Amino acid sequence: MSRYTAATESDRSEMLRAIGVGSIEELFADIPAHLRLSAPLALDAGKSELEVFGELKALAARNTSAEDELSFLGAGMYDHYVPALVDSIISRSEFLTPYTPYQPEVSQGGLQAMFEYQTAICELTGLPVSNASVYEGPSAVAAAGYVAKLANPARTRFVVSRGVHPHSREALATLAHGWGMEVVDAPLHDGVTDLPELDEQVSAVIVQQPNFLGAIEDLEALARAAHDVGALCVAACDPLPLSVLRAPGECGVDLAVGEGQTLGNRLDFGGPSFGFFAATEALIRRVPGRIAGETVDVEGKRGFVLTLQTREQHIRREKATSNICTAQALNALAGVIYLSWLGRHGIVELTELMLQRTAYACERLGAIDGVHLLHHQPVVREFALTLDASVPAVIDRCAQQGVNPGYALGRDYPEYQNGLLVAITEKRTRADIDRLADVLEAAVAAERSRDTHHVGAHR
Amino acid sequence: MSFTAAADDQLTIYERSKPGRRAFVAPALDVPERPLDDLIPPRLRRAQAPRLPEVSEPEIVRHFNRLSKRNFDLDTGFYPLGSCTMKHNPKLHERVAALDGHARLHPLQDPRRAQGALELMWRLQDSLAEIAGLPHVSLQPSAGSHGELAGVLLTRAFHEDHGENRSKVLTPDTAHGTNPATVTMAGYEVVKVGTDGQGNVDLDDLRAKADEDVACLMLTNPSTLGLFEHGIEEIAQIVHDVGATLYYDGANLNAIMGICRPGDMGFDIVHFNLHKSFTQPHGGGGPGAGPIAVSDRIEPFLPRPQVVRREPDPAGAGGEGSAPFYDLDYERPKSIGRLRGFQGNYGVFVRSYAYIRSLGAAGLRDVSEVAVLNANYLLARLRAEGVLDHLPVAYARICMHEFVLSGAPMKRDLKIRTLDLAKRLLDHGVHPPTVYFPLLVDEALLIEPTETETKETLDHFAQTLVTILREAAEDPEIARTAPHTTPVRRLDEAAAARRPVVRQPL
Amino acid sequence: MSDPSYPEDLLYHPEHDWARVDGDQAIFGITWFAQDSLGEVVFFDPPKVGTTVTKDAAYTEIESVKAVSDVISPLSGEIVEVNDALGDSPETINEDPYGEGWLVKVKLTDPSEQEALLDAAAYAATLS
Repeated sequence: MSRYTAATESDRSEMLRAIGVGSIEELFADIPAHLRLSAPLALDAGKSELEVFGELKALAARNTSAEDELSFLGAGMYDHYVPALVDSIISRSEFLTPYTPYQPEVSQGGLQAMFEYQTAICELTGLPVSNASVYEGPSAVAAAGYVAKLANPARTRFVVSRGVHPHSREALATLAHGWGMEVVDAPLHDGVTDLPELDEQVSAVIVQQPNFLGAIEDLEALARAAHDVGALCVAACDPLPLSVLRAPGECGVDLAVGEGQTLGNRLDFGGPSFGFFAATEALIRRVPGRIAGETVDVEGKRGFVLTLQTREQHIRREKATSNICTAQALNALAGVIYLSWLGRHGIVELTELMLQRTAYACERLGAIDGVHLLHHQPVVREFALTLDASVPAVIDRCAQQGVNPGYALGRDYPEYQNGLLVAITEKRTRADIDRLADVLEAAVAAERSRDTHHVGAHR
Repeated sequence: MSFTAAADDQLTIYERSKPGRRAFVAPALDVPERPLDDLIPPRLRRAQAPRLPEVSEPEIVRHFNRLSKRNFDLDTGFYPLGSCTMKHNPKLHERVAALDGHARLHPLQDPRRAQGALELMWRLQDSLAEIAGLPHVSLQPSAGSHGELAGVLLTRAFHEDHGENRSKVLTPDTAHGTNPATVTMAGYEVVKVGTDGQGNVDLDDLRAKADEDVACLMLTNPSTLGLFEHGIEEIAQIVHDVGATLYYDGANLNAIMGICRPGDMGFDIVHFNLHKSFTQPHGGGGPGAGPIAVSDRIEPFLPRPQVVRREPDPAGAGGEGSAPFYDLDYERPKSIGRLRGFQGNYGVFVRSYAYIRSLGAAGLRDVSEVAVLNANYLLARLRAEGVLDHLPVAYARICMHEFVLSGAPMKRDLKIRTLDLAKRLLDHGVHPPTVYFPLLVDEALLIEPTETETKETLDHFAQTLVTILREAAEDPEIARTAPHTTPVRRLDEAAAARRPVVRQPL
Repeated sequence: MSDPSYPEDLLYHPEHDWARVDGDQAIFGITWFAQDSLGEVVFFDPPKVGTTVTKDAAYTEIESVKAVSDVISPLSGEIVEVNDALGDSPETINEDPYGEGWLVKVKLTDPSEQEALLDAAAYAATLS
């Protein structure tokens, strides 16, 4: 009897008798004999719960998590504090274990939570329509591209800022290839998007807010440029900064999407998290994924249902707005709980705290010998430096001191070979920033002196 | 629209909100405070704080707890949703997924400092490869339909690499809706293949439609009818003969683990739904994960990055006894690229890996045997109880882990539809099976008990159906106006679609 | 409309569409059978005036709670008017499929195409 099943020998005999066969083997008669495995799968035998726990714990111990080092690593996912009430609520069986709400009468909890989540996303983005979540940030950008493609099938090009997360640009390119569409880069100039001349072949202009280098973009100007040629404007946004920045919807953005991990979700080595997806009213029937809608029951009582399902794969099939089926309901639930916990003023206070500390960090780090701000644009919670030394080598030295100073930009941006992206969350205190400054200063100095010595040795 | 005043129980979090209430307390500012205008120019700033709720922690907890009590869930009751594999979610998995070393690991952490995570992913890949019978696995796709998209994009890359530009993908008319939607999203044209009287793919129709413009055939086996494709090897032959790929939708893998393998049947690409056979909790609609396994000829095109294991160099700098190094490989010139950020839904991998380690080879085989046993037993009980007189099974064959009934005779004779039966089941504390899918069966009812249900639960379910049918024979109105005892009664879905209200006006 | 109805003065296409022809102009809509199969209509976004329609080809879609269906053009021509009122009340298509639920008015390019259409009796016969 395998773990979690309860079919005893006597159960099995009774059941086989009721079916009218002599053995379980006979139930697989439709499978050609030579396809049936005669030996067990080459997997280890099953282990007890205690042993499995031990193994998973040992694997965990070989990871340096945000608990084990002082981390300033961001670049799309951030080490925020997740309040205890999120964990306790989402671990409830009633939220954790049901399926997608196909029977709304017994799924009002999940559906109402989706409705409340959608309302929150609409508030943050300033757009009137939100779905109940998509997988995560980069695939949300690709999905927005698909909306643009279906809305304007004749157009053949996406213009994407290099300020958009490299993973988002890649995901879009992967899908756009199948649509026969071109993806053209818009470069960054002094840290913000420098749009090329647009024309009527452009389906959508895609930017990020704040952008990958942490800089705040002028969404209004970018959206206007897109609309001037009849293209859509897509903005991939970091949700917490939206509490202080002018809402994308107000700036004329048509689709505001993004990575939701910072809202009540763990790092989890990259997933699961959720992607949010918001749109203008005009695009409501083109929005992918599940949407919860308000209605009434036969007694006039308010209730919620999945609505506009005819757009979706299970009804519309090949004409669907996307193929998405399972989304990220539990993670979006964590998101709305978190946003309720922060509340209207809390989210602003949290973001302003990060803003002030980021300003402090820019000043302290920018003052280090051999360290410079990569750009001077306004930032919110992440910023970019250039180092007069090899960034990977500096990162290694910092790691030896238990500090993770950030992300090496050179990996994705040949134009910023010595770039380092530094992220601040509410967990990084002034003392932490001061420590980073000390460790970074020492690491940069050590690397520069090593370089000098090398040069000297080669003379 | 008008509605009766919402009871306190039903208020949204925004309706509970009151200015001045809060749960969050910000840490004190410990750096010099600079004027906001200096940091962000006013024209780039919001004029007003977003209208998120203003509530205290006790209110939030009570609100969501109350909401939860209006949800039916798997931990509470039987959930025979066909095609969804609603099996028990082991509680150990939440404990291991929450370990800091897994939960608080940043995806961009240096691989040297993420060896536990990368090794876990590599071992999971290895296990899934063994289960599928295909050697190369990518864990990147976020869900089944995402895995399907990956599979079709891989197919495209494969053909392009051979200098070909095919335009069509075949799917059976019984396919799950994600299949044709995926095909269109990947830039191909969908062509449907018919089903024969035995519930198998119609081989003649397949032969007629399989030509050199077909890139791929997407198949589920057992099919969405719960039946094993009799002609699977011939199907593979026909498809491969025209140079197309054969794609396996793994939604029904629960029927065959350790029994047979898609790779051996001739499939080139397989996707797994970790939230189905591998116990990732469904979460009310996600998260999940949709890893894919592929054959050698498809391997070069796998998404980037791939998790690889680099063997220690015995003569190298690592010295003797060096351990293998688990890494993310980005050097993949023929890769289709990325489908999403980072490496995939790692939290889901942790749970699925724990499951595979808990069950082992014999355990996984037993899972499939009991899943198939339970389904056939339930069908036999329904037959014995006379339920099949009103809800005949669509195809008279041994089923696998699920089976499809047709409510057409019930509609004609008892004047209640499959929808009404489903709604009446809610009053009995059971989640209904999948309804109106697959489309091929009129008034379809797709039932998948899974292996984690006891015989008693199955007996009780059969009895419940008997009760409902008997009641309908006397008074069909009861089912037609069901549910009666749920938190809300039947909802007006047309109104919701006609004038959608998707957020609370604030 | 709760009972099946197929007015005698209309011509019918086997894909469940009707045409009311008047010289070289025609009005199109969907039949009782079509609206009954679809269920409650929730959305109809008319094609643009000036669009060309071709006999036997799909020219627009109707969305109900449970399905989105192509609408087939019974005859060829150019759309000269569309029923904008359906934007606010798409359910009119269910309630009055032959009257207020009309979809488009078309200037026909080849009125002789109507000879290929069915009369009410012939169409009703295809449904049984």
